[in-house]
Amino acid sequence: MSTLLLLIPLAVPVMAAAMYAAAGWRRPSAPVAVVSAVLCLAAAVLLARLVVDDGPVMVAGLLRVDALSAFMLIVIASVATIVALATPAHLATELAAGRIDRRDARRHAVLVQAFLAAMTLAVLAADLGVVWVAVEATTIVTAFLVGQRRTRAAVEAAWKYVVICSTGIALALLGLVVLNQASAHSGTGAGLDWAALAAGASALDPDVTRLAVLLIVLGFGAKAGLAPLHAWLPDAHSQAPAPVSALMSGVLLSVSFYAILRVKVIADGALGPTFVRVLLLAAALATLLVSASLLIAQRDYKRMLAYSSIEHSGLLALGAAIGGPLASAAVLLHVLGHGLVKSVLFVGAGRILQLTGTSRIDEVGGLAVRRPVLAGCVGLGVLALVGLPPFSLFASEFGIARAGFEASLGWPTALALVLVVVIAAALVGHTGRMLLGAAPEQPLVPCPPARSTTVAMVGGLAACATVGVVAGPLTTLIDAAAAILTGAS
Amino acid sequence: MGIEMSGLTVQLLDIAAGALLLTAVLVVWRRELSVILRVFALQGVALAGLVAVLASAQRSVELGLVALGLLVLRGVVLPLLVRRSLAGAGPVRRETTPMLNVAASLLAAAALTLLALAVSVPLVALDPSPATRAVPVAVAVVLIGLMVMVTRRHAVSQVVGFLLMDNGITAVAFLTTAGIGLLVEAGIALDVLLVAGVLHVLTGRIRETFGDTDLSALRELHD
Repeated sequence: MSTLLLLIPLAVPVMAAAMYAAAGWRRPSAPVAVVSAVLCLAAAVLLARLVVDDGPVMVAGLLRVDALSAFMLIVIASVATIVALATPAHLATELAAGRIDRRDARRHAVLVQAFLAAMTLAVLAADLGVVWVAVEATTIVTAFLVGQRRTRAAVEAAWKYVVICSTGIALALLGLVVLNQASAHSGTGAGLDWAALAAGASALDPDVTRLAVLLIVLGFGAKAGLAPLHAWLPDAHSQAPAPVSALMSGVLLSVSFYAILRVKVIADGALGPTFVRVLLLAAALATLLVSASLLIAQRDYKRMLAYSSIEHSGLLALGAAIGGPLASAAVLLHVLGHGLVKSVLFVGAGRILQLTGTSRIDEVGGLAVRRPVLAGCVGLGVLALVGLPPFSLFASEFGIARAGFEASLGWPTALALVLVVVIAAALVGHTGRMLLGAAPEQPLVPCPPARSTTVAMVGGLAACATVGVVAGPLTTLIDAAAAILTGAS
Repeated sequence: MGIEMSGLTVQLLDIAAGALLLTAVLVVWRRELSVILRVFALQGVALAGLVAVLASAQRSVELGLVALGLLVLRGVVLPLLVRRSLAGAGPVRRETTPMLNVAASLLAAAALTLLALAVSVPLVALDPSPATRAVPVAVAVVLIGLMVMVTRRHAVSQVVGFLLMDNGITAVAFLTTAGIGLLVEAGIALDVLLVAGVLHVLTGRIRETFGDTDLSALRELHD
């Protein structure tokens, strides 16, 4: 039973991809993505209940689910549901406008499902080497999605994306090779199995492990949007089609960050908490600084959202650096909240781009009058993003900040908070101009209706607000996952 | 691992490792892309040779087969793929506007080799076998590959830089613990092949949309 549950989130997207490859993107095949995402979500929830009650589940020595993996599965499947609901209207509009043809639409559908399968494999794999292969596979399958429109900007973004991410992730591979050497000489026979490595971490040679961890954090940090290898992110996230941007910002960043979290547990056991803390703290502050400085004068709203994703990766790094049960739980809640809200916002931004034909903030204007529902969703989404209650990002940012002050990391936390406030002001200011500013003369481009997109946006915001008010059974799961991160279980 | 090696094996291992580093330095030195590609193919052969020496030292058939696979992938398939990218990359066959001149790049390569020696100290200290003593050379290849990626402006040069890095990482993997599991090894090889394929297609698209494969033309996206 548990084996079957574990295989569903992996097998269903693969089958859906095969179906789209055979049948193409048509009206009857469109709902398959939604069914696939909902099935995965259901399996993830059941798995989460199972592992919280009975402990980790292992299949064939290759796949393992513990509370942390189950939580990540829920995040992936939730964002996938939002994206699946928003995709039909997006592709219908692109097809109607002649920007893509049927073949592009089919390829889009196939690659998105492959992308989901790769991310699922990354959080299910028991071996860090397989995690690496899965994360690198996400780069390969999304490369052509980023460059889908074949404009100069799209091709440039795709090139930078593949080159920077593959280089970064190559450094992580070198780190894993070095970690493997430390593991081989620890006499525990752990190989690169993360659970065995964490259990036998004290036997790892500290000098070799330090080198390995440095490379791994730098490498997976590239894919997670952490400075200094973040330069690809605003290009790729702004050029990719909206549903893909939503997946990349909403979950791909946190899936890469998941790899860092797994290695952090091992590093804390082998080296004590200070080494990774200093590393992540430096990355977090640098990342927040980059994000703040480029958001203030931002002119493109999709790039604005991308820099906001960089900010939130920085916050995740800050929370992970602080460590401890409170900060770890807050980091996980933040992953979920940011995933939901950012995917809603990228879906909304994609719709705005299709309606107005421009991605410039100052050319949108007056959206609240022209498209009140869309404007309402985007407005609420941005308020959620800057951490206003009742949305869950309020609780998670508050938790990270409180844990920071309690862990006597007052100065870095205060500095981070200042940057977060600057970013919030910039985001609200830019969005305000888009929604409330004077409407331009040019009429909106007529687009096919997008009822399911609206459902997706409202649903995502509602879910984020609900989690922020009553976390309910999710608390048990998050606490169990946070216990894994602090090395308590 | 502590495998006993005869004097001859150690010498062969050193020759293979030396060839690995020498080819990397040649890539830095030369500007003619067709020459760079030939040198890159030679490096693939040197890497396969290195693994073959390890295979004979350990009397491992499995490792021997891996060496054969490496020879096909890195000595033949990847160089051919990059050669096709070059054929479709337009009239420019030279690295025309590198960010570093020859002397500066060679000096940088020397500095990176010293850096590789320094960072590999804990690895050698953990297991001072002849194979592990060659690890700094492989790390130097990784760093030189990184430098090629950062300083070269031609799309094909960047692809070669990436593949140099990858050759170096593979060498580190085999020199330390003789690989990291066949499944992961196969996954890595497949990933590298696919990345090279993706970059091949993108090189063609850059040529289509920009009319050239000089990456200095990629200036559409900025803040």
